[in-house]
Amino acid sequence: MSTTAAGIVFIASLIIALGLVHKPFGDYMHRVYSGVRHTMAERAVYRLLGVQPDTQQRWTVYARGVLAFSVVSILFVYGMQRLQDKLVLSLGFPPVTDHVAWNTAVSFVTNTNWQAYSGESTMGHLVQMAALAVQNFVSASVGMAVAIALVRGFARNRSDTLGNFWVDLVRGTIRILLPIAFVGALVLVAGGLVQNFVGPHEVTTLTGDVQNMTGGPVASQEVIKELGTNGGGFYNTNSAHPFENATTWTNWFEIVLILLIPFALPRTFGKMVGQVRQGYAILAVMAAIAVAGVVLTNVFELSGHATVPQAVGASMEGKDVRFGVANSATFAAATTLTSTGAVNSAHDSYTPLGGMMTLVNMMLGEVAPGGVGSGLYGMLVLAVITVFVAGLMVGRTPEYLGKRIGAREIKLASMYFLVTPLLVLTGTAVAMGNEAGRAAMLNTGPHGFSEILYAFTSASNNNGSAFAGVTVNTPWYDVALGLCMAFGRFLPIIFVLALAGSLAGQAPAPESAGTLPTHRPQFVGMVIGVTIILVALTFLPALALGPLAEGLS
Amino acid sequence: MERIPSWLRQHIAAIRAVVVLTLITGAIYPLMVTGVAQALFNDKANGQIVQKDGKDVGSAIIGQKFTDADGNPVRKYFQSRPSAAGDGYDMLSTAASNLGPEDVVDVLPVPGAKDDEGDPDEGKQSLLTQVCTRSKTIGELEGVSGARPYCTSDGVGAVLKVFPAVGTPTRAVSVNQACPSQPFVADHQGVKVECGKPGEDYAAGRTVPVRGNIADVKVPADAVTASGSGLDPHISPAYAELQAQRVAKERGIDAGKVGQLIGEHTTGRALGFMGEPAVNVLELNLALDKE
Repeated sequence: MSTTAAGIVFIASLIIALGLVHKPFGDYMHRVYSGVRHTMAERAVYRLLGVQPDTQQRWTVYARGVLAFSVVSILFVYGMQRLQDKLVLSLGFPPVTDHVAWNTAVSFVTNTNWQAYSGESTMGHLVQMAALAVQNFVSASVGMAVAIALVRGFARNRSDTLGNFWVDLVRGTIRILLPIAFVGALVLVAGGLVQNFVGPHEVTTLTGDVQNMTGGPVASQEVIKELGTNGGGFYNTNSAHPFENATTWTNWFEIVLILLIPFALPRTFGKMVGQVRQGYAILAVMAAIAVAGVVLTNVFELSGHATVPQAVGASMEGKDVRFGVANSATFAAATTLTSTGAVNSAHDSYTPLGGMMTLVNMMLGEVAPGGVGSGLYGMLVLAVITVFVAGLMVGRTPEYLGKRIGAREIKLASMYFLVTPLLVLTGTAVAMGNEAGRAAMLNTGPHGFSEILYAFTSASNNNGSAFAGVTVNTPWYDVALGLCMAFGRFLPIIFVLALAGSLAGQAPAPESAGTLPTHRPQFVGMVIGVTIILVALTFLPALALGPLAEGLS
Repeated sequence: MERIPSWLRQHIAAIRAVVVLTLITGAIYPLMVTGVAQALFNDKANGQIVQKDGKDVGSAIIGQKFTDADGNPVRKYFQSRPSAAGDGYDMLSTAASNLGPEDVVDVLPVPGAKDDEGDPDEGKQSLLTQVCTRSKTIGELEGVSGARPYCTSDGVGAVLKVFPAVGTPTRAVSVNQACPSQPFVADHQGVKVECGKPGEDYAAGRTVPVRGNIADVKVPADAVTASGSGLDPHISPAYAELQAQRVAKERGIDAGKVGQLIGEHTTGRALGFMGEPAVNVLELNLALDKE
C-alpha cells in the first residue's frame, strides 16, 4: 500500500471506530449525569467533601464551585512544584522556579497543559503523578460538568437550578474517566509504554557511550492526557517519545482516546434534551469540520510544499519514522481540533500550510469536536449565534430547542465568542511590540511571527501544543501566557453558566411555523458557515502575516 | 457544616475535593496501574531493556547513536537518524530541532570572532544547510552521490540573496557559501553572483533558493532529518539498504546475510495500514554483533 492509501485507510478506520462507540458511550454518559442514584463509593466521597449530593444549585453557586475548585487546584499544584525537593520521588530535582510553577499550575488546571518546562529534567515522579495527572482528570471533569450544566439549561423549564457541581465533578471522574483510563493504560503498556518508578540511570551503549535511561508512571498519565484532551507530556517531546507512544498502533489508539469523549457528547446532549436528532445535527457540524481539517493537514504535509521538504524529499523534519508523514499529520489535526495539544511530531517544522492548519484548527475555537466538554459548550454557543444570525436574515424568531434567544442570551454568547480573539490578538500584538516578546523566536521572518501567534492561540484556546522552537520559560511569557490560559478558560465558563441559568429559567416557547428547524442539513450547513466566517474575519489578517506569507512567497 | 455560610462552605468543599480526588486519581489509580502492568507486562513496563553479554546496553524502543568518541560513524554499525536531543539521543533533554520549512539562510561564522561565552564564533547553520551537509557526508560514507535539490555541491543550501528585494536585480550573493568559495552559479539574471562575506547583513535582500536539476537522490529523507522525539529507534528500509553494503564489507560477511537481518528487524505497518515500515537500528546492530 502506498503512503497516501495507508493514510486514507488510517483516517477511515478512526471514523469507523468513533462511529461505533459514540452511541453506546454517549448513552452511558447520559445515564451518568442524569441518574439519581449514588454508588457507595460516591456517597463516601460526598461525606468526605461535606456536600449534600441531592441539593440543586443555581448557576451562580455552580460557577462558584467551579472557580473555588480551580483556585484551590492551582494553589495545590503550585505548592507541590515549589516543595518538590522536600517530597518523595523528586528524583533529586530542585523546586520548580516560581514563574514556571505558576504557569504550569494554571496550565494544567485550565486543561491547557502548555509546558514551559521540560518534563524529564524538571518534574519528579510525585509531581507528575499526584499533581499534574490529577488535573488531567479533574480539569476534564470540570469541562464536562460545565457542558452538562449548559445542556440542562436547554432541557429544563422554569427552573432556577442546573444540577450539583460536586456530583457532576465526582461522577465524571469516577464513572467515566477512571474506568477508561485504567483499561487504556494497560493497553498502552502492552504496546510498550513504561509504567514504573525508576529515576534516570546510566547504561553503556554498544559504542561505549553513556545513555541515561528514564522511567516513570508514564502510561497511567499518557492515557488520561489523551482521554481528557489535556496534552501535557511526561517527557519534553510528548507523544513522539517512544516511551509515550511506542508503536504505530498506540498512535492510532491515542488518537481514538483524544476524540472519544468529544465526539460522544453530542449524543449525550441529544438524549438529555429529549431529541436525539438535535445531537446528530451538532455531531454532523463537528464531523464535517474535523474531517476537512484532518484531510487538509494531510494533503499539505504529504505534498511537502516548501524549500526544506523539497530538498529532503518529504516533510520528515521533526517526524519519527514509525509514524511517517501521514499519521503524524492526522495526530496533529486531532490534537488541535480538540483542546489536547499533545504532539507526536514537531509542528514548528511542518510545511507552512500544514502548520497553518494546526493554527486554524485551534482558531475555530476548538469546537470540532473540541475539548472534553468545552467542545460541546463552544459548539452550542455557536449554534445559539447561528439561530440569531439566521433569525435576522429571514425574519424568524431566534429560538433554539424551544428557548428564545433574547438580548441577554445573545450578549452572553457574543461575549463568550469574543474572549479568545481578544486574548490571542492582543497577546500577540503586545509580544511583538516588546523586546522580551520578540526574543522568544527561534526562527526568523514570518515563521518567527507564527511561533508567537501560535503560542497565544494555543494558550488562549487552552490547547497547549506549540511551535516549540519558541523560548517561553521566561518570566514575561510565563505570566502573559498564564493569564491568557486563565482568562481563556474561566471567562467563557462563567458566560456559559450564566447562559445556562438564563435558559433554564425560561418557559418553553411553543414551536410555530416561524421556528427554524435545527436538526436539518440546512442548519448544519449554517452553523459550519457561521463558524468558519467568524474565524476567517477574526484571524485572516494575522494568518496572512505568518503562515500565508511563508507559504505563498 | 450547616452553620457555615454557603460561600465559605463551597471553598471548604473545594479544598476537600482536591485532597480526596488527588488520593483517588493521583495515588490509588497510578499505583494500581503500576501493580497490574508490572505483573502482566513486566518487560514492557520497564522499558524493554536489551542486554549484550549480560550488561544493559539500552532500550529496544529508544534510539542511540553509533558513533565514536569524536562523533564519527562506527563503520561496522548501522547509523541512526540525526537527533536534536542534546548531543544526540540524550534522554535527559529530548527535543526536535523545531526549525521551520523555510529556514534556509545560514549565519556564517566570523573568523577570529568570539561568541558570548568566549568560544570561537560558530555561526548558525540553517535547516537547509544541515540537510545538505548530512546528505553530502552520508553520500561519502556510503560511496554514493549525496546530491539533493536546493543543495550546492559543497554541501550547503543553494540560496541567493538578491538585491533590491523588488525589481531588477543589481546584486546577488550566495549567502551560505563563505568567501572565498566559488558560488554554485556564476550569474543570476545577468548579475554576477558573489560569495557570502561573514558578518555582513543580507537581511534586506530577497531570498531565492535555487533548486538545481538533481533528478536522482540517493540518500533517503529520514537520513537527513532529525526526528520529532530525538530518540527515533528506527530508520527507513531504504536507509538500511543504503548502509547494508558498507556494514557487510566492514564485517566481512555476506551482503545477503545482512539483508536477511534487516528483513528480520523490519516492522511493517500494523494491520497493514498504520504508520510506516521501519527498521529497528539497535536490535539490528545487536543481531550483527551476535553473528
